[in-house]
Amino acid sequence: MALTLTDAAATHISNFLAKRGKGLGIRLFVKTAGCSGMAYKLEFVDVAVEDDLVFESHGVKLFTDAKSLPYIDGTELDFAKEGLNEGFKFNNPNVKNECGCGESFHV
Amino acid sequence: MALLQISEPGLSAAPHQHRLAVGIDLGTTNSLVATVRSGSAACLPDDDGRTLLPSVVHYGADQTVTVGHAAQKRQNQDPANTVVSVKRFMGRGLTDVADAATPYRFVDEPGMLKLSTAAGIKSPVEVSADILRALRTRAEQSLGGELVGAVITVPAYFDDAQRQATKDAARLAGLNVLRLLNEPTAAAIAYGLDNASEGTYVVYDLGGGTFDVSILELTRGVFEVRATSGDSQLGGDDFDHRLYCWILEAAGLSQLNDKDARLLLTKARQAKEALTEHASTQITAKLSDDSVIDVELTAEIFQQITDHLVQKTVTPVRRALRDARLTADDIKGVVLVGGATRMPHVRRAVAQLFGKPPLTNLDPDKVVALGAAMQANVLAGNKGDDDWLLLDVIPLSLGLETMGGLVEKVIPRNSTIPTARAQEFTTFKDGQTAMAIHVLQGERELVTDCRSLARFELRGIPAMVAGAARIRVTFQVDADGLLSVSAQEQSSGVQASIVVKPSYGLSDDEIGRMLSDSMAHAGDDLEARKLAEARVESESIVNATLAALEQDGDLLNADERQAVDTALAAAQAANAGSNANLIRTAAEALNQASGDFAARRMDRAVSRGLAGHKVSDF
Repeated sequence: MALTLTDAAATHISNFLAKRGKGLGIRLFVKTAGCSGMAYKLEFVDVAVEDDLVFESHGVKLFTDAKSLPYIDGTELDFAKEGLNEGFKFNNPNVKNECGCGESFHV
Repeated sequence: MALLQISEPGLSAAPHQHRLAVGIDLGTTNSLVATVRSGSAACLPDDDGRTLLPSVVHYGADQTVTVGHAAQKRQNQDPANTVVSVKRFMGRGLTDVADAATPYRFVDEPGMLKLSTAAGIKSPVEVSADILRALRTRAEQSLGGELVGAVITVPAYFDDAQRQATKDAARLAGLNVLRLLNEPTAAAIAYGLDNASEGTYVVYDLGGGTFDVSILELTRGVFEVRATSGDSQLGGDDFDHRLYCWILEAAGLSQLNDKDARLLLTKARQAKEALTEHASTQITAKLSDDSVIDVELTAEIFQQITDHLVQKTVTPVRRALRDARLTADDIKGVVLVGGATRMPHVRRAVAQLFGKPPLTNLDPDKVVALGAAMQANVLAGNKGDDDWLLLDVIPLSLGLETMGGLVEKVIPRNSTIPTARAQEFTTFKDGQTAMAIHVLQGERELVTDCRSLARFELRGIPAMVAGAARIRVTFQVDADGLLSVSAQEQSSGVQASIVVKPSYGLSDDEIGRMLSDSMAHAGDDLEARKLAEARVESESIVNATLAALEQDGDLLNADERQAVDTALAAAQAANAGSNANLIRTAAEALNQASGDFAARRMDRAVSRGLAGHKVSDF
């Protein structure tokens, strides 16, 4: 039962949080999307919610909720560059397949 | 997969800026401004750290306008040009205030009364606007931006004229009024009573110069004012004055000059405040004739000498209860508002009156402004989808059934109403001409675990291959909580709709249980979703294969046909079971087995398409 960060992701998140000037950490969660399937969501966290699950990796707090965890348990969040784009990537061991555009996935 | 960026809390769906909105408690004696920052409401202080702004405006002969503490200092020297308690004149005509003893020169004009000051004739609306302008400046300076709007509180008993006058004052001060909110309702919101269970609550508001009591009934997250009562000439100032008289008696003094009187009044107020936390206090003062006053005041004496004032609040409370046809036993909770309710014996009297201790953990001076700020924050649109919140919200998510018995949420729980969301859906089978729309409420993943609200059918969809139709389903909840769902096929324009009343029939307990279930069953729901998704996917492969065999079955020889049929039967058998992995494997096998067949069909389709055409046609 854990969520982790790669070195690159931790560095970038720390920088983002410092630039933003506030925030307890970031929230990883999933939302239903499309006619079936789930989509990842990433948000800054200003206020922890009751029943939140909190993990710490490289000094960064990662929040999620009990409903999302089964879908993303064991995920390592990476920061990657693809061509001109850079951003976060979920390395999620639960994923069986992903849709073409990469926005949603199945477990 | 696509690369993600981190969003602001609650804004991952639709990023937009935080909108600055404030709540303003425009009081008779003092006014405050508050806002919600980082999720919690706080009053904004002035440069000296004071949150209370005395509702006092001084007009100088040189057209200068001073507001607040500075104006209060001039009150003694220049009472005729220093307007205090202007709230009492809001929306009033001269006849309404004829008997009030005031130092002001009223101007007799048709309609609203006006005051003649050194800076010209001022209406109460203009005076209030000056107070509001001071608060607006304070807010914009400390928040660093222009305000989107403000929620301004008014007494529950304010009539339309008084409310309109308050709105006009705000507009004059350059404020966009999001809503006028009743003061007792604001206090109840600050205490989060809107999230509490339904019932009747009392707001006991003993301010500087006025006493108001309101009885609020909370039903389905909306407050209704059942009764109000009060005494417009009773407040904390009367306690100070009574204590001042007692000091004179105790020290054996009679008439004092103005300066000494002011000094002793200040000492009296300080002593009153000291008794909030101590059993006794020493009052010492040096008067202008060098005589020294040094008396001890105990809480007991203070209670004795001011008891008649506390008793004066009981009558209006009883009257309000009677107007609402209730007894003290019917009251679920009591909220205290106003600085004077800090006095321990006032609290004891209230506790005794209602047979339960009042809610006191918020600062009674600020509670109205805080509640207004929370409401302003909601109205300005700063609340995210998943935020807990109040006044008018959807208690459980609304959605519809999709293939496999899954629920797709269209409007998430706790969205403020009115709201509207649309989502596009498509057909599942080739040539499907109708679609059943099953509207559900709940947090769980499966239809069977959610509450069914309504069903209707969209007919007349033009025949198309599966997935080609675009059906836009719109969920709309109006301000009264009325849900209407409409579905429209985009190419033909056929549509159907239904109206549902969602929050009916679900009690608070039921809603609570449904929420905790959704947490407790997260793991089960995951399994169920997995299974349902696997089935849907497998079924669509089976359907496609069956359709293909029907059309182009002759492309296969007997052995090949046998292989596809076996895989097909295996997939159908797996589908009947409830092992998600098995279903996926069987579907995958069917996909493999029919891969070659699909390629041949493609070739045939292409050669059919090309047959009879010359190359130049393309």
